[in-house]
Amino acid sequence: MDLFSPSIGLIVWSGVVFLTLLFILAKFAWKPVMAAIKEREQFIDDALNKAELAKQEMARLTAQNEDLMKQARSERDEILKEAKTLKDNIVNEAKTQAQTEGAKLIEKARIEIENQKKAALAELKGQVSTLSLDIAERVLRSQLDDKAKQQDLVNNLLKDVELN
Amino acid sequence: MHFSHIFKSKKIAQSTAFALFLAFFSLNVSAHPASEAPVSTENHATAAADGAKEEKFDITGFILHHIADAHSFHVLGEGEGSISIPLPVILWTDNGLVTFMSSEFHHDDQGKHIVERNGQRFVNYHEKIYVASATPNAHGEYVDVDAKHKVANVMPLDFSITKNVFTLIFSAVVLIIVFVRVANAYAKRKGKSPKGFQSLIEPVILFIRDDIAIPNLGAKYEGYMPYLLTIFFFIWFNNILGMVPIFPGGANLTGNINLTLVLSVITFLITNVKANGHYWKHIFWMPGVPVPMKIFLAPLELMGIFTKPIALMIRLFANITAGHILVLALLCLIFVFKSAFIAPVSVVFVVFISMIELLVGFIQAFIFTVLTALFIGLAVQEHGEH
Repeated sequence: MDLFSPSIGLIVWSGVVFLTLLFILAKFAWKPVMAAIKEREQFIDDALNKAELAKQEMARLTAQNEDLMKQARSERDEILKEAKTLKDNIVNEAKTQAQTEGAKLIEKARIEIENQKKAALAELKGQVSTLSLDIAERVLRSQLDDKAKQQDLVNNLLKDVELN
Repeated sequence: MHFSHIFKSKKIAQSTAFALFLAFFSLNVSAHPASEAPVSTENHATAAADGAKEEKFDITGFILHHIADAHSFHVLGEGEGSISIPLPVILWTDNGLVTFMSSEFHHDDQGKHIVERNGQRFVNYHEKIYVASATPNAHGEYVDVDAKHKVANVMPLDFSITKNVFTLIFSAVVLIIVFVRVANAYAKRKGKSPKGFQSLIEPVILFIRDDIAIPNLGAKYEGYMPYLLTIFFFIWFNNILGMVPIFPGGANLTGNINLTLVLSVITFLITNVKANGHYWKHIFWMPGVPVPMKIFLAPLELMGIFTKPIALMIRLFANITAGHILVLALLCLIFVFKSAFIAPVSVVFVVFISMIELLVGFIQAFIFTVLTALFIGLAVQEHGEH
């Protein structure tokens, strides 16, 4: 059959041409191309690795920042809390102090009033006795001539005294 | 190895080739009844073939003529007035080298026009160069053809730049120009993303590396990449070039068994030269099976060394030739029915088949490359997976 007939010319030519093609392409095309592709892939891999590392570093830094923030916040909270208790204490202290002070003052005033009252009473008593003596003297002077009247007077006086 | 399991079985590979082969022949046979066999080979030699019967269209002859090699690159027209590009004829005869342009045959391939060089007379008979007979036969052909259609004349060794050789060289030049330019683009744009034609080629290169070479060859893939890439692009480009109907396309180069023979011989040589002891041990003394089985398997495995590249050779040849035959047969329908109304149907089918052929062109290049990688991989791998 014609299709299967060997052709020495084509066999030789295709052998020569194909091997030449293989040699030339291998040397001038595939070698640089494969090297370039490999180099670029290496570069891309490296870049990706670096990006991954940077990402991790970033995440680490973010976490660190977060921690710092948290710490700062809790510290602030603590300080505020401390300040508040301090303030409360001071206010309470001041209140109690004021109370005791007030109580003291009141007590003092009360004692003073008591004393004044006592003094006034004593004075009044003195005056009353003097006054009664005066009255008595005058009555005695005017009414010593009438015995009955004297008696009445004394009785009345006594009655008044009792009333006091 | 995610492809290899498909092709691992030689049986599948060979039965595929066989099936395609059968398909190819059945197609050829079916072409015969259409021609009604009036001008088929037997009758061709008889004088009665001329005259009324010449009206009938010789579909087989037409197709075989178109897929066969030729000494000139036919472009347009028929007979004496046709336009074709002459190619050099280079003959190695008993009297040394003889060269002349094929145009000196004046478009004759019936052995009727004699070219004289160095005192020797040559004729072109069915695109083969013979030393002319002293006197013409009954048809005016300067060849001695016997009843079995066998030519008795002496054939000088023909190293002509035929249509196929021209296409071979042309495709090699195109591939060199294209890929050296791509390589320069890589050098110019070092470390940058591919651009233009480079970005068209790069995915294919990566595909061959990542899906063909690495799965089959493992760590040793780098040394075989140049061969795999060359063979892939060479077959692919020529498959597609063969589909182009006008010059410089149209030669059935990858559908020529001589070329596929050379390619598979190169694969065969690489496989067996690079094969390690492990591979040979598996062929001659299969480990892990009883001794009688070892003896039984050795000749089978030895045969397998040769059947693998032969399957490779026939697969590519049959596929591409079948595609060409299919396209030509569909176009021939126009002439068989002698009606222009059949032309649209033919053309639609031809376009459809051509689309498929573009796919087949890629697939066959891919399969050839995968199988080459697989065969080499089996020969060089350190530890068998049996």
